[in-house]
Amino acid sequence: MTSAALLDRILPTVAKPGRYSGHEWNSVRKDWAQVKVRVALAYPDVYEVGMSNLGLAILYDLLNQQPDVLAERVYAPWLDMEKAMRQAGLPLFSLESRRPIRDFDILGFSLQYELNYSNVLNMLDLAGIPVLASQRDERLPLVIAGGTCTYNAEPLADFFDLFVIGEGEEVLLELVRLYAEWKGSQGAALSHGEGRTRHAGALAGGKEEFLQQAAQIPGVYVPSLYRVAYQADGTVASIEPLKAGIPTRIQKRIVPVLPPPPVRPVVPFLNVVHDRGMVEIMRGCTRGCRFCQAGMIYRPVRERPLEEVLAAVDRLLANTGYEEIALVSLSSTDYTCIAPLVRELSQRYGEQHLAISLPSLRIDTFSVELAQWIQRARKTGLTFAPEAGSERLRQVINKGVTEEDLLRTAEAAYASGWLRIKLYFMIGLPTEMMEDVLAIAHLVKEVRDIGRRWRGSRAQVSVSVATFIPKAHTPFQWLPMENAEQITARQEALRRALPSRAVDLSWSDPMTAWLEAVLSRGDRRLGKVILRAWQLGARFDAWAEAFQPRLWQQAFAEAGLDAGFYATRQRSFDEVLPWSHIHTGVSAAFLWEEYQRSLRGESSVDCRAGCLGCGVRVAFNLDRCPSTIENDVKRIPKTSAAPGKEGGVASACGFPATE
Amino acid sequence: MVQRLRITFAKGDEVKYISHLDLMRAWERALRRGQIPLAYSQGFNPRPRLFFASALPVGFTSRAEVLDVILQQRMGLREFASRVRKQLPAGLELKSVAEIPPTLPAPSAQVVAAEYEVVVESQDALHDMQARLDKLLAASSIPRRRERPNRVREYDLRPLIQKLWIIGQRQGAYVLGMRLQADEGGTGRPDEVMAALGLTDAVRVIERVDLVLKPL
Ligand code: SF4
Repeated sequence: MTSAALLDRILPTVAKPGRYSGHEWNSVRKDWAQVKVRVALAYPDVYEVGMSNLGLAILYDLLNQQPDVLAERVYAPWLDMEKAMRQAGLPLFSLESRRPIRDFDILGFSLQYELNYSNVLNMLDLAGIPVLASQRDERLPLVIAGGTCTYNAEPLADFFDLFVIGEGEEVLLELVRLYAEWKGSQGAALSHGEGRTRHAGALAGGKEEFLQQAAQIPGVYVPSLYRVAYQADGTVASIEPLKAGIPTRIQKRIVPVLPPPPVRPVVPFLNVVHDRGMVEIMRGCTRGCRFCQAGMIYRPVRERPLEEVLAAVDRLLANTGYEEIALVSLSSTDYTCIAPLVRELSQRYGEQHLAISLPSLRIDTFSVELAQWIQRARKTGLTFAPEAGSERLRQVINKGVTEEDLLRTAEAAYASGWLRIKLYFMIGLPTEMMEDVLAIAHLVKEVRDIGRRWRGSRAQVSVSVATFIPKAHTPFQWLPMENAEQITARQEALRRALPSRAVDLSWSDPMTAWLEAVLSRGDRRLGKVILRAWQLGARFDAWAEAFQPRLWQQAFAEAGLDAGFYATRQRSFDEVLPWSHIHTGVSAAFLWEEYQRSLRGESSVDCRAGCLGCGVRVAFNLDRCPSTIENDVKRIPKTSAAPGKEGGVASACGFPATE
Repeated sequence: MVQRLRITFAKGDEVKYISHLDLMRAWERALRRGQIPLAYSQGFNPRPRLFFASALPVGFTSRAEVLDVILQQRMGLREFASRVRKQLPAGLELKSVAEIPPTLPAPSAQVVAAEYEVVVESQDALHDMQARLDKLLAASSIPRRRERPNRVREYDLRPLIQKLWIIGQRQGAYVLGMRLQADEGGTGRPDEVMAALGLTDAVRVIERVDLVLKPL
């Protein structure tokens, strides 16, 4: 175990030592010797970011509920801590037992952002684990990953033993069971004692055999069991299993019904990014925005019944003492029972001053009403995401919001007391022309004028402009990212067109977007680049103070690879995309059709209005899609005296239709 | 203000790297978990009304922290203590709770001095260690510089040291005691005293053992 005396020498010298000292409320400390499988759950960013991730909290809870499994946490040590650890020869350790990460059976990373990749390698290295999977045998932890990035995990193929594609709740347990069996079959060769004194010689084919068995679990992708061939022009020719019996395609896993949410999460001492209780009210989104990867890969929509949400909030608050709760989903306003839910929560907990946050508000006056219920006191800001400035371009991306919607919403917000409206836009969207960019300025001015009318000079608009990245598994996956000069020119034009007074503008860093585009759209050959960039010193690329794009440029040059080939090249429908063996259930034909519709400026309906046949329903054999609470209403015989829509929804939501 | 309680608590090894602000939040959350009927401040952002006597620097432990809590409904002290104890994270320990008059000044205004115990590794013979201490105490001034993020503060440490003595000696280590001023006029830091003694690198533990409050 990591010596307390050593830590006491190091921790006083680093910033925010509480990142590394553990002992948080609800952290789980199990007896190391009493379990079969020990899992370290890792997030490759600082503590404050990692602790805000709901997915890891779900898995931590789930694994620790298994009597013969323990799960502990580890985050990326910040630069100062890394330096101190390397100087002292202190290996990466878990927060709970402070054991070296090397002692665990499984090291599972959550990959949510490509700019964390260099940290993955750095954490492995700090743990004393070779970064290349091919250099690790069964005496070292099995290194696995899940999360959004694994939908195109190719650039990381060299470093991971396997990826879990899709929702982890079931498949991770299946994997852990298999691991326990395999470990058991290695019998006396394994020691359960201190440290990792497994056995002198590697079992011949031990790890390989395990991986082959793991590859049989639906949703598990073992990259070393596949061979990628390339065409002369550098595009992928084929991705094929190396031997018979390994699946040619890997379909993501889903849980048909959302399992109960964790209600005893670790409560950090530090002020983390999302320092609040989280209850997932809905998974997936029915809107079908064409640029949105989450909207495509998290299908189908599944809502959590209202009573379950309320009960979870109750237990969560009792177990954590949180003063704020977030109702998490991709589009909270779309949750069927959102109004009764918010009303009930503010009634139940108003006296205890519980703050409620709805992370993603739809652009309509109903959202403003909702926001009003939950923010009775201070009205600082409301955030909306029109994404594009012109009506035409919003059609292209299928963001079904009109200028009128936005202006009416802004009016409602300023009129009911808000002072600041924050608007999210993207530039570099497909088919975008300069006039679309300038339309952002026009829209912002309109909003500002409304603000002035209601709030005078105190009204504020802040505008945040991201660079669009065509993501894998979306209708725009074949498209190039707009080139850097164009992006800069459009940013400049927008800056000039926006009034500086009362408008506050922020950009995403163009080099950051460039690297994200390359890494999210790349193939296996990028492994060399990631490795080299890390060797050159790349760390915390998501942090402006640490990001050094030239290291990545150098790594590309040394590998003889062209970043533009990955980021800014139009791909054809026939091209074998590096992620084509990974299936989300949404068919390529549907994505292509959506892309074609976007070129024609045609919008597509919300799944709640009608199924577009994206493929998910068939792929997962669903009897209902999307799975909303309204579905339940339709199935409930109408016995109510006034069975109108309002009454129906309200009864499904477990509340009488009042007002 | 219905009831004002004064809590004495310990901050142990497990939580010694938690900053004062984070500690405040940890207390708020523990009290909320214990369903303590907290009184909240007025205004846009209502906060529970907790008043700490003195911020403990990160890295020190303490067995004598003081915190006042205002309740909006009366509670028995025993009930309060038992509910809160169940909700405190490892390393935080409620040592005592007493009801005090609501009119008392905030505890931070009552603090005048703090006592510390410092464990320091040293091969010094007892009389050498004593000589070290005596020399420091005999100085008429001890000029010190403290690097702050945005400025350097120069000050005289000597008047802040009220007492400095050897508590004991064991296996290559000494336990030193010190009583340092802690009021509007200045707050002495035990690590600064150790630096002035030339013993910074050998310090193993610094623990606050008492907060001296002005009698009222
Ligand atoms: S199957 Fe139909 S309803 Fe379900 S997500 Fe796809 S398009 Fe929407």
